[in-house]
Amino acid sequence: MAREVGETGEKDPKIKKQKKKKSKKEGKTRIVHANLLYDNAKGEENPNRHYANNKIKTTKYTLLSFLPKNLFEQFHRFANVYFVFIALLNFVPVVNAFQPELALAPVVFILSVTAIKDLWEDYRRHRSDKEINHMDCLVYSRAERRYLEKYWKEVRVGDFIRLRCNEIVPADVLLFSSSDPDRLCHIETATLDGETNLKQRQVIRSFIDLDCEFDPSKYNSVIECEKPNNDLNRFRGYIIHRNNRRDGLYKENLLLRGCTVRNTEEAVGIVIYAGHETKAMLNNNGPRYKRSKLERQMNVDVFWCVIILLVMCLFAAIGHGLWMFQYGDKRPVFDVPSPDGMDLSPVLSAIYLFLTMIIVFQVLIPISLFVSIEIVKICQVYFIHQDMELYDEETDSHLQCRALNITEDLGQMQYIFSDKTGTLTENKMVFRRCTVAGVEYSHDANAKRLALYQEVDSEEEDCKSHGGTLPRRDSVTSHQSGRVVLRSQSTKSHRRTGSRAEAKRASILSKHTAFSSPMEKDITPDPQLLDKVNDGASQMEFMRFHSTGLSQIPSDLNDIIDFFIALTICNTVVVSSPNQPRQKVRRFELKSPVKTIEDFIKRFTPSRLTSGSNSSSLSSLVTNRSSSHRGCSSVLTSPSAESTLTKLDEVRQANASTLSACNSGAGAGIGTLDHHFSTVPTSVDGLKSPWGGVVEEGELRYEAESPDEAALVYAARAYKCSLVGRLPDQVTVELPHMGKLSFELLHTLAFDSTRKRMSVVVKHPLTEQITVYTKGADSVIMDLIKPPTDDSKGKRQKKILYKTQNYLNLYAKDGLRTLCIAKKVMSKEEYARWLQHHLQAETAIQGREQLLFESALRLETNLHLLGATGIEDRLQDGVPETIAALRKAGLQIWVLTGDKQETAINIAYACKLLDPEEEIITLNADSQEACAVLLEDSLHYIQAKFMCGTSAEHSTTTTTKAFQNQHNQHQPFTAFHLPPFSCSPSGPSSSSSSCSSSAAAMAAAAAAGPFLVHRLGLVIDGRTLAYALDQSLEDKFLAVARSCRSVLCCRSTPLQKSMVVKLVRNKLKVMTLAIGDGANDVSMIQVADVGVGISGQEGMQAVMASDFALPRFQYLQKLLLVHGHWCYSRLANMILYFFYKNAMFVALIFWYQFYCGFSGSAMIDQWYLIFFNLMFSAFPQLITGTLDKDVSAETLQELPQLYMSGQNSEEYKPYMFWMNMIDAFYQSLVCFFIPYFAYADSNVDLFTWGTPITTLALFTILLHLGIETKTWTWMNWASIAFSIVLFFTVALCYNASCPTCYAPSNPYWTMQRLLGDPLFYLLCVITPLTALLPRYFYRACQGSLFPSPVQVGRQLDRLPVEVRRNLLSLNWMKVGSLGSLFGPRPSIFPFFASLPRGCGPRSQKARLTPSSLSSSSSSSSSSPSSSSTSKKPEAPGSAAHSPSLETGPSCPGSKQQTADQRTSVQQQQESPQQQESPQQQGRGRPHKQQQSSGCNQPPSHSPSPSPHLNSTGATPHSPPTDTDTLPYTKEPRHAKEPPDPLSVATVGEVDFRPRSSMTSTPLLQPAAAAQGEGEGGGGVGRRTQGSGAQGGRDYGSDASPMHRLIPQGSGAYNSTQESDLDREYALKTTPL
Amino acid sequence: MMASTYNAKEEDGHHSGAVGPGGPGTIKTKKPDNTAFKQQRLPAWQPILTAGTVLPAFFVIGLIFIPIGIGLFVTSNNIKEFEIDYTGVDENSPCHVCSNNYAWNNTVPCQCFIPFTLSQPFENNVFMYYGLSNFYQNHRRYVKSRDDSQLNGDKNSLVNPSKECEPYRKNGGLPIAPCGAIANSLFNDTLELLYNFPNSTTIEIPLTKTGIAWWTDKHVKFRNPGGNNNNLTAAFAGTTKPVNWRKPVFELDPRDPNNNGFVNEDFIVWMRTAALPTFRKLYRIIHKNKDMPTLPAGNYTLAVTYNYPVLSFDGRKRMILSTISWMGGKNPFLGIAYMTVGSVCFFLGVVLLIIHHNYGSRSNNADIPN
Repeated sequence: MAREVGETGEKDPKIKKQKKKKSKKEGKTRIVHANLLYDNAKGEENPNRHYANNKIKTTKYTLLSFLPKNLFEQFHRFANVYFVFIALLNFVPVVNAFQPELALAPVVFILSVTAIKDLWEDYRRHRSDKEINHMDCLVYSRAERRYLEKYWKEVRVGDFIRLRCNEIVPADVLLFSSSDPDRLCHIETATLDGETNLKQRQVIRSFIDLDCEFDPSKYNSVIECEKPNNDLNRFRGYIIHRNNRRDGLYKENLLLRGCTVRNTEEAVGIVIYAGHETKAMLNNNGPRYKRSKLERQMNVDVFWCVIILLVMCLFAAIGHGLWMFQYGDKRPVFDVPSPDGMDLSPVLSAIYLFLTMIIVFQVLIPISLFVSIEIVKICQVYFIHQDMELYDEETDSHLQCRALNITEDLGQMQYIFSDKTGTLTENKMVFRRCTVAGVEYSHDANAKRLALYQEVDSEEEDCKSHGGTLPRRDSVTSHQSGRVVLRSQSTKSHRRTGSRAEAKRASILSKHTAFSSPMEKDITPDPQLLDKVNDGASQMEFMRFHSTGLSQIPSDLNDIIDFFIALTICNTVVVSSPNQPRQKVRRFELKSPVKTIEDFIKRFTPSRLTSGSNSSSLSSLVTNRSSSHRGCSSVLTSPSAESTLTKLDEVRQANASTLSACNSGAGAGIGTLDHHFSTVPTSVDGLKSPWGGVVEEGELRYEAESPDEAALVYAARAYKCSLVGRLPDQVTVELPHMGKLSFELLHTLAFDSTRKRMSVVVKHPLTEQITVYTKGADSVIMDLIKPPTDDSKGKRQKKILYKTQNYLNLYAKDGLRTLCIAKKVMSKEEYARWLQHHLQAETAIQGREQLLFESALRLETNLHLLGATGIEDRLQDGVPETIAALRKAGLQIWVLTGDKQETAINIAYACKLLDPEEEIITLNADSQEACAVLLEDSLHYIQAKFMCGTSAEHSTTTTTKAFQNQHNQHQPFTAFHLPPFSCSPSGPSSSSSSCSSSAAAMAAAAAAGPFLVHRLGLVIDGRTLAYALDQSLEDKFLAVARSCRSVLCCRSTPLQKSMVVKLVRNKLKVMTLAIGDGANDVSMIQVADVGVGISGQEGMQAVMASDFALPRFQYLQKLLLVHGHWCYSRLANMILYFFYKNAMFVALIFWYQFYCGFSGSAMIDQWYLIFFNLMFSAFPQLITGTLDKDVSAETLQELPQLYMSGQNSEEYKPYMFWMNMIDAFYQSLVCFFIPYFAYADSNVDLFTWGTPITTLALFTILLHLGIETKTWTWMNWASIAFSIVLFFTVALCYNASCPTCYAPSNPYWTMQRLLGDPLFYLLCVITPLTALLPRYFYRACQGSLFPSPVQVGRQLDRLPVEVRRNLLSLNWMKVGSLGSLFGPRPSIFPFFASLPRGCGPRSQKARLTPSSLSSSSSSSSSSPSSSSTSKKPEAPGSAAHSPSLETGPSCPGSKQQTADQRTSVQQQQESPQQQESPQQQGRGRPHKQQQSSGCNQPPSHSPSPSPHLNSTGATPHSPPTDTDTLPYTKEPRHAKEPPDPLSVATVGEVDFRPRSSMTSTPLLQPAAAAQGEGEGGGGVGRRTQGSGAQGGRDYGSDASPMHRLIPQGSGAYNSTQESDLDREYALKTTPL
Repeated sequence: MMASTYNAKEEDGHHSGAVGPGGPGTIKTKKPDNTAFKQQRLPAWQPILTAGTVLPAFFVIGLIFIPIGIGLFVTSNNIKEFEIDYTGVDENSPCHVCSNNYAWNNTVPCQCFIPFTLSQPFENNVFMYYGLSNFYQNHRRYVKSRDDSQLNGDKNSLVNPSKECEPYRKNGGLPIAPCGAIANSLFNDTLELLYNFPNSTTIEIPLTKTGIAWWTDKHVKFRNPGGNNNNLTAAFAGTTKPVNWRKPVFELDPRDPNNNGFVNEDFIVWMRTAALPTFRKLYRIIHKNKDMPTLPAGNYTLAVTYNYPVLSFDGRKRMILSTISWMGGKNPFLGIAYMTVGSVCFFLGVVLLIIHHNYGSRSNNADIPN
C-alpha cells in the first residue's frame, strides 16, 4: 500500500479515487478478512491489500517533488506570478529595462525564502509523522503464535492487535475480546471529541460469550462494513461467520484511532480501517489557509498600488508618445532607432514604453512586502512562543502558534466564542456546600481549603517549612496511622508546588479514573453535619439492632442519612481499585445470584432477599460473598506495591474488623449476613476504625460519567458514606457505624436532558422499602415535590421547601451547580403497578424511548425533598478577570457549550459573564414557529425597554404586562420544562419560576437599580438555536443576540457552534475568535477567523484544528491584549511603511521621466533599484516590525481599552494608505528636486546624479521609519546603522569592482567621487530633513493636541512605575480624565481622539461595513470609561448638575449632533440643576441617570423624580459596589479648577461617554427605526428621523445606567455621536 | 500508593506520547528563557513626539541651517560665470548661417565668431564648458547604446561590439569603433577663445584639453586597444568610424597620443551621459596665470567651428566660462534652500512653542496632582 496520501487538502480527492477504484471491486462496503489467513500469500491474494495501511503521511513534499510542487504552490500567489512575469518581460529586448539576469534576482530570492520556510514546516510534519508511525503496538503474528511489538505504521487492515491499558488505539479496531468480565472495554475519547468520561465499548456479540481467551488463529469470519467515512458516531456492518451466521456490528464495537484504553487490562480486536482511512484521520482536516483581516486590507491597497502603477505607466507612455511626436520626422540624434535601424512610430514606442515602465516601476508593488510580512510574522510567533507569561509550568507547554499568518488578527478581534467546559472551567467539580432538610451546611472548612488551593496557587510559596499535617487532616485522621503520614505528605506536596500544578499532576496520576481530581476527593466535612451523620447512623444502627422502625429516628437525621445514601448510590459511578487499576474491583462473584435476583424481580416479587436474615441459603451465599470479599481484598492489596505502612494498616484494620466481628457476633447473634454488614465494629473504640475504613476506601477510585457525579460521591465519602461497589444490580455502600449495606438496584433511570434528573430505584436494606432516589436539576425537582399537607409535618415540609429554595438561589448566585436530592418511598403495590408499565415500556418495540420516558415521569412524582448540593465547577484561574479584561477591551464574549442550560448559566455567573443584576432572556422553543415568536417577542421586549413611554412607571408595567401576555400566549409552543421566556434574573433556580414571579423579580431588580434593564443576557438552548439559525430567523436571532451583553448557547452541537460563529462572522462582518478544548469545538475553531485551542488534558483535537493553542484560558488575555495588539500595530505600521517606502522610491523615477523624455530611463542604478527594497532598507523595518512596542505590555493589560485601536483598525485605515501615498509623493518630490536644482545645468552625469538621490531616499526612508518607531532598542539602532553601512559598502564595492561591467550605468568610481564632494553631504543633510519636516511636525502636533489612546498609553508608560500605578488605580476607568491629563487640549480626550475625526471610528466603521451593526456593539457593551464614569454619579459627593453642558460639547470635533441629541439636551436643560457650576465631572451623570431611570423604568422602581434626591446624597440607585466611585470623587484636579469652559467641555465629554456608548447596542436602533418607519406612513422621512431620534435618546438615557453598571467601560472609544450612528443604523438595519 | 504512582508515570509517558503526535513538532522546550530579548524587554529609548519634545530640534535645525545657507549663498555668489548662446537661432547671431547649414555629414566646416565682453576679470582657473539644452542624453535607449568593453580596449569587443550598440554597431560590415549612439553623437564643435586687447590685437587664449575627464575614466575605464601601443591606426584597423563622425577615432587628437583614440578626453567627457536634458560639459580649462587674472575683463571673441546640429530638436548650444569654488559651479539654490528650510524650521518651532505653552504645560501640571 504505497498509496501516498498527501497533504490534507489533497487527501480527499485521492481517497475518493481510491474509493472509486475499490468500489468497482467490492461495491459499497468494505470487506475485511483476517490477515492471518493470508500471511503467506504475498500481495496479490490478500483481500485487504487495497486498503490503506496504517502509515500516515501528512507531509506535502517528498525530496523529489519538493521543487516542482513548491514552485507550483507558490505560483498560486498572484504576486509571485506577477513578479516572475515582470522578470521575464525583461528578457524581451524592446522593453527591457534592466539586465535580465539581475531582474530575476529578487524573484528568485523571494521564492527561495518561501521555499525554505515551506521545507522547514514540512520537515516538522515529517518528524511528527515519523514519531507517530513509530509508536508501538502489539500485533498478532501467526508465525510466532503470539503478539509481537510492531510499529504503528506496520499495522494493516485485518491485523489482530492487542491493546493494553492506557494504550492509544493505533487504528480503527473492531473489538473482539476484552479482559473485562463484562466484556467491555473502556475508552477515553478525549482526543476525538474532547469528552473525558469513559465510554464503554462492547465486544461484538458473537464473541461475548467466549469464555476462554480469544484466539486469533481460530478466527475465520469475514467482516463487511462501511467504507471509511468521517462520521465518528456511526459504524455499521456485520460479521459473517463460517456458518454464515451474521451478527451486526455497531459503533459500540469499534475502538477509534486515537482513543485511549482505560481500565481494561487487555483488549483484542481486528483492524478495520487504518491510517488515513481511520475516522480520526478523516476528521482531521488540515488547517485551512486563513487570510488575516489586515492582509485582506493590505491586498486592497496592493490593488490600489497596481492601479497607481498602471496610471503612472500610462502617463509615461502617453508622455513618451507625445515627446516623440513633437520631433516629427526629424529624429533627434539622441533618439536611438530600434536595433534594426528602423524608426519606431510614437505610438508603438509608447506601447513598448508602457511595458518598460511596468518593469521600472515594479518596485511599487512591493515584492519584498510579502516576504517581509512572513518573516515578521514568524518572528512575532517566535516571541509569542517565548513569552514566559504564556508558559504553563505544570504542563510544560507553551502557547503554540500553528497558523503563522494570522498573528495580527489577534489584535482585531471583536467577538469571542468560547467553549465552556475545559475552557473556562477546569472540568473538575468540587463539592462546596449542601443543604439537608432545610438546614444549610456551609462547609466553611472546605471553602477554606479550596481557598487554600487557590492561594497556594497564586503564591507558589515554598511550604516545606509548614508542610506538616494540616488541622483539617487532624480532624479527619486523628489517629496515628501510617496512612496519615502518607496523606499528609501528599498534602504537603499539594501545598508546596502550588495546588494547581499538584492537582494536575495528581489528576494525571489518577488519569484512569475519570473525573477525580485531588480537589474533588479531598473534602473537609462540615463538623455539624458530620456529627449529625454519625448521630443518625448510630441511631439507625441502634434501631436496627433493636429491630425497631426507623421512623423513630428524628426525621432530619433520617433525611441526612438518606441524603447521603442518595448521593452515594444515585449515580452511575463505577468503582475500581487503584492497586489494580486495570481491573474493576469485583468484590463479589455475583453472576449467578444476580440472575436469580433478577428473576425474582422479573417475576415481580420484590422480596427481601438482600436484607436477608430470613433465608438461610441466601445468608450462606452472602457469607460466601463476604469471605470472597476478604480473599479478594487481600489479593487486591498484597500485590500492590504499597508501602509497608499500608500493609500495616491493612493488618491493623483486619484485626479490628475481626475483633468487631466477634463483638457484634457475640452481641446479637444476627447471623452471618449481619456479620457481613458490620465488618466495621460499632463499638466505641471502633470509632476509629471507620476512619481506617475510609482510608481504605480512599484507595478506591470512582469513575463517573460526569465530574459532578464523582464530586458527589467523594463528598459523601467524606461523610463516611462510601460507595464501595457497584454491580449491575447491586450497590454496596459503607455507612458509619453500620458498615456495608448492599442496596439492591432495581432500576436506574438514567439522566436525560429533558427530564434533567436521574433516579435509581433500590430496595433499602434496612427498611426493605422500595425507595426511589432522585437527583436532578433544582428546577425540575422542586416541581415534583409532593405538595405538603396542612398538618404540622406538612408545615415543616413547607418550611423546608422554602428554605431549600432560598439556599438554592443562594448557591446559584454563587455560581454553584445546584442539584436537588429527593426520595420517594413506594409501597410494593405502587411499585408493582409501575413496574408493570415499565416492563411493558421496556419491551415495547415502537416508541420505546417515549414510553420509557413516560414511565420515568410516572415514577418521579410526589418526591420527598432531602436536600440540595452546591457543586463548583472550578473555573480555571483568572477566568473572570480575563473575561472582564476582554470585555473592557471591547470584545463581545459568547459562550457556546454543549452543557446543560443550568450548568452553563451557573458557570456564566461564576466567570462573571453574566451578572446577577443582569436580566436574562432565555429562549427555549419547541418549534420553528415558537422560536420565531420568541425572537419576535424578545425583540419587542428589548425594544420596549428602550422605547420609553410617557411615564416610566406606566411604560414598564405595560412592557411587563405585554410580556406576560406573550408569555402566556406562547406557552403552548414552548418546551414544557422551562417557561418559554423567563425574564427573571435567572439563576438556574429561577428559570422555573413562572412569568409572574419573573416579573416580580424584575421589579425587584428594578428597585435595586435602574441599570438592570439594559444589561441583558441571552440564553438559548440547542434546539432553539437550531430553529434560530434557520435562514428565516437568523437575522432576528442576531438582532436579539447582538443587543445582549452576553450570549450563552447551551446544549449546542459542534455543528451549531460553527454555524453560530459563521453566522456572526458573515452577517456582522466582525472578527471572530473561537476558543475551545475539545473535538466538539473543532468545527467552530475552524470556522472562526482565529481558532484557539486549549491544550489541556482534553486531547489534541482542538489544538490540531486551531491556529493558536493555549495551555490555559487566562492566557488569552495577554495573547490578545498584548501580543495581538503588538502584532497588529507592528504589522499595520510595517505594511503602511512598506507602501510608503516603495511609492516614495518609485516616484523618484517617475519624476525623472519628465526630464528624460519619458523614455523609461532611471537615474538610479539598476542594482540599487532592485536591491534597495531587498537589502538596503529591509532590515530596519523588519526589526521595527518585529520589536516595536507602541505601548508596554503592562499598560496594555492594565488598560484593555487600548485594544480597541486594533478592533477599529486604527493603525491602518484606508485613508492612511492614501495619506502615506501623498506623503511618499511629497518626500520623493523633495528628494528629487533638491538634487535637481542643486545640480541643474551642471556637468553632472546621470548616475553621479542618481546615486545621491538614492542615498537621500535611503536616509529619508530610514528617518521616516525612525519617526514611526516607538521604541528604540539597540537593535533598531544597529539595524539602521547596518542599513546605511551596507548601502555604502555595497555601493563602494560595486563602484570599484569592475570598470566595464554593469552596463549601462557603469558606475565605476562614482560613489568614491561623491564622497569627496561637499555638495553630496550638504544634500544629505538638507533633503531628508526637508522631506520629513511635515510628518515630524504633524506627529508632534498630534502628540500634543490630539493624541490617540495608544499615544496616551505610551505617555503612561514613561511615567515612573508608582505614578503610573497610582494613575491607573485612581483613574482605572476614568480614561477620560487620564486623557485630560495628557491631552492638554480642553475638549479632546485622548481616548476620544477619534472623535474629532469624524466623530468616531465607529461611525466610520459602520459606513465601511454597512451591515455590521455590531461593530459598535461589541465595544459598547464594555466601555471602560463609561462604566467608570457611570459609576461616579452615584458617589455621594457628586451632586447632580447641569447635563446640558455635558452633552453640548461632548463631541468637540463634530458638529454632527443631530436632532435626537439635541432633544435630549433640551430635556435635560429643563431640569433645574442646569445652572449649577459645572466643575464636577460626575455631576451631569446623575441627571442622566435620573432621566433614564425615569424613562424606562422597570416597574417597581419608585421613580425618584427629582434629581435633587441625588444631589442630596440620597442615592437610591447607587450600585451595590461603589468602589469605583472613590477615584472619581478623589479626583482633585477638577475640583480645583475654576469653571473653565474648556475643562467643562472636557468634563462634559467624560460624562457623556457612557451616554454615547449607547451606540454600542445598535440592535436597539434598528428596532426603534423600524418602528418609526412603521408608524411613519406618510411622512416617512421626517418620521423616521423623529423616531430614530427618540429611540436614540431613549437608548442613550437608558444606556448610561446600563453602562454604569458595567464595570468595564469602553464607551470612550465609541462614544461617537450616537445620533450619527442611529441614523445609520436606522437606515441600514431596517431591512432586518 | 507507589504502585499507582508508578502506573501514573507510565501513563504519563503514554499521555505525552499521545500528545506528541498530535501537535506538529512536539514541544520539547521547557520554560522559555527569561532574557530581555525573548521577553521583549530590551532596554529601549521611547521617544514621544509632542510639541514639547521636538521643539528644540526645530530650533536647532533652524539655527544651524540659516548660517549654512548664508554661507553657501555667499560662496555661490562669489563664483563668476559667463555664458553665451552660440546656437544661432537669432538671425543676427553670427552663427545663424552656420546653424542653418548644419548637417552631420557636412564636410566643410562652418566657422563663426561671436564677440563678447567680460565685465569682470576671472581669477584662478577658469573652466570652459559647452552647454546643450534639450538634448536628452539621458534617454534610456541612448544611455544604453555603448560598449564599455570596447571602450576599455577589449580586442574582441572592438571587432565585435555589443548588441547594445545597435543600430550603430556595424557600418558596411565593419564594426564601428566606438560603437553606439552616444559615441555617434559626439559633440564636435570646436571652440576657441580669443582675447581682444583694447589695442585690437587678438591673442588666442591657451586652452588645456586634458584634465577635464575623471581620472578613473581616463586611466581605468577607457583604454585604447593594443595597450600603449602608439600605433593607433593599426590598433583600430578593421573598424570604421561612427556614422556621424568626420574622422576616425584615432584621429581625435593626433598631436597627443595620450589624448587620442578612446582616451581622448573630449570623447570621454561626452561618453559620461548627462543627467538632465540641459547640461554642460567641461570643454577646456584655462589655467591661471601667475601675475594677472586668468581672464581679464575685456572683449573676447568666441571662435566656433560649427559642426553640431541641434536645431532639429530645438536644442541650444552654449559656451560657459566659470570659476569654481569648493562646492562646484555657481548655484545659489542650495544656499537659498538651506535658508528657507532653516527659517521654516524656526517658524514651526515657534508654532510648537505656542502649542506647547498653551497645551503642553497644562498637561505637565496635571501630572503632578496625581
